[in-house]
Amino acid sequence: MKNENFTVIELLVNNHPGVMSHITGLFSRRGYNLEGILCGSIGEGKTSIMYLLVRKNNTFQQVISQLEKLYDVIETNERPEHDISVFFRIDNLLEGNNEFL
Amino acid sequence: MNYTGAEIIVHMLEQKGIEIIAGIPGSANLPLYKALHGSKIKHVLARHEQGAGFIAQGMARSTGKAAVCFATSGPGATNLVTAIADAKLDSVPVVAFTGQVASSFIGTDAFQEIDTYGLTIPITKHNFLVRSTCELPEIIIEAFHIAESGRPGPVVIDIPKNIQSEVCNIELWPEFKTPEKYDSIEDEKVGEIIKTINTAQKPLLFVGAGIIESKAEKLLYQLATRNNIPVTSTLRGLGCFPPNHPLYVGMIGMHGTKYANQLMEEADVVIALGVRFDDRATGKLNEFCKNATLIHVDIDKSEINKLKMAHLSIHANVKEVIRQILPGIAENRRLSWLQEVELKKGELPYVEAPDNGDPFHPLRIIQEVARVVPENTIITTDVGQHQMWVAMKYPFSASRTFLTSGGLGTMGFGVPVAIGAALANPEKKVVCFSGDGSFLMNIQELATIAEQKCNIAIIIFNNGYLGLVRQQQELFFDQKYIGSKFHVNPDFAGIAKNFGISSVDLEKSEHPLNDLEQALKVEGPMLINVPIHYSENVFPMVPPGGANKIMMD
Repeated sequence: MKNENFTVIELLVNNHPGVMSHITGLFSRRGYNLEGILCGSIGEGKTSIMYLLVRKNNTFQQVISQLEKLYDVIETNERPEHDISVFFRIDNLLEGNNEFL
Repeated sequence: MNYTGAEIIVHMLEQKGIEIIAGIPGSANLPLYKALHGSKIKHVLARHEQGAGFIAQGMARSTGKAAVCFATSGPGATNLVTAIADAKLDSVPVVAFTGQVASSFIGTDAFQEIDTYGLTIPITKHNFLVRSTCELPEIIIEAFHIAESGRPGPVVIDIPKNIQSEVCNIELWPEFKTPEKYDSIEDEKVGEIIKTINTAQKPLLFVGAGIIESKAEKLLYQLATRNNIPVTSTLRGLGCFPPNHPLYVGMIGMHGTKYANQLMEEADVVIALGVRFDDRATGKLNEFCKNATLIHVDIDKSEINKLKMAHLSIHANVKEVIRQILPGIAENRRLSWLQEVELKKGELPYVEAPDNGDPFHPLRIIQEVARVVPENTIITTDVGQHQMWVAMKYPFSASRTFLTSGGLGTMGFGVPVAIGAALANPEKKVVCFSGDGSFLMNIQELATIAEQKCNIAIIIFNNGYLGLVRQQQELFFDQKYIGSKFHVNPDFAGIAKNFGISSVDLEKSEHPLNDLEQALKVEGPMLINVPIHYSENVFPMVPPGGANKIMMD
């Protein structure tokens, strides 16, 4: 599922307590809405990947610039090609529905 | 060899070249203080952690180097919050070390436990909660690197008490890193900027704290004078360009000069260097420099196109950018544009003390101070009408001589920041302009001044009101004065004496300006009370939400 109104930001971040607070804190204090968030650790666990679902509007470039400034954010990429349906059917995903696996 | 966390911190700070730390000990940072005992680092005991935080700011703002403050957990950390938030908004490199309850107590609502890490996320450039002693050296190196690289800012390091006492074996001490300065620039942009400036008919340089941070004053001067481009400054850029130079058109914005605001309106090319388009400077954004091609240079990429879309922008160190464009900038006498500048200066003069010789007009006092004190004197202010008058009238001729709370506008800033400036610059005089409202907010630091014998003169513009609030209520809130008049007005000169500080009350003086001059010439702490009439308003003024071209008188 794709939707012109939304896009996905992929972040490679350090994995330690507080990183999630830094990311979500950025959104709340700048007044950007975080529509969805998925996160999991990768590799040996020192880093994690986060997927943020955001609306595409005129603050989008600022959101990216501000995320890049965060010390715990190693890499930022926009992923307009990603299938965003997972964000809208999270309950399905966790109920073990094989559709996503 | 084994070192405790506390010893590691002190060793690293000594290695960094930190000479003075302001702070207050408490249960959660006593191990750290034990390690500090006997160190060559001088500890300055503040009387409120907010004072300690601002003392660190005073050292950092006046020298450009990161400064350190210590606080304990819980209330110590929460008291520090205002000073850290202020440092964030004005991009000041402060590294705060806060004690925290022992790791096993975290999250249990322990005695003096507060989530310092969580609290300081929004107001720091970055923060750290230390989880093991061996992490400390790297964390400290990173903290200073973050604080001093690119756009400076505050960093908080929260260290649980057990981490301060636990040991780590260290054979080789890691080195501090050189701060990142963002010196590399794409060539094509340089060419475009040169061309745009050379072909401009009515260019204007719009400069701010970025010039000071980057030490680009001399290059700015060369750029302005070679091509004859008038220069306007934000509040926090004051001092980066000679105030009496014909090309200088004064401060921009809410209480700026009318001619600067009008020239901005007419400019066809605006060269914004090290500024962030703050609303006090721009007024109504869609009216600001609307007829101009905007060139924006800033070391913080996220500032570019944040509020105003730039036609040409470079994310880089402004000093390096000017250095690279200078060779291509043409000499241009710009006679007609400069004539227009002179005309506007003549038609729309700025503020002057009235002719009646009233010694207590704020502008008169400011002029007198400027006349008497050495040129390299550092001036700090609190927040309010007095701050604006100082910004408007005082002839700042060097960077880092005007220390004022711009972004956060914190009352209580002036006195402790003056202490920090005095400690870091013992050969200079410091003058703190304050108001009777602001002065009470960190009055306890008079004890610190007396103890440290700082060469600071505190001048209180005393009008018995929260002046700027009263002015706003008068102009915009139907004169519904509430909460702006002080019905109790303490005798500040008397209070100072009781803190062991010399003082003069000009209200009781027969020759106030003579007494002012004598008081300013005294070496060491001095407090001067100056009675100001409460009805004085700060003009000209752009009403809040208004466009800069329309200023009230």
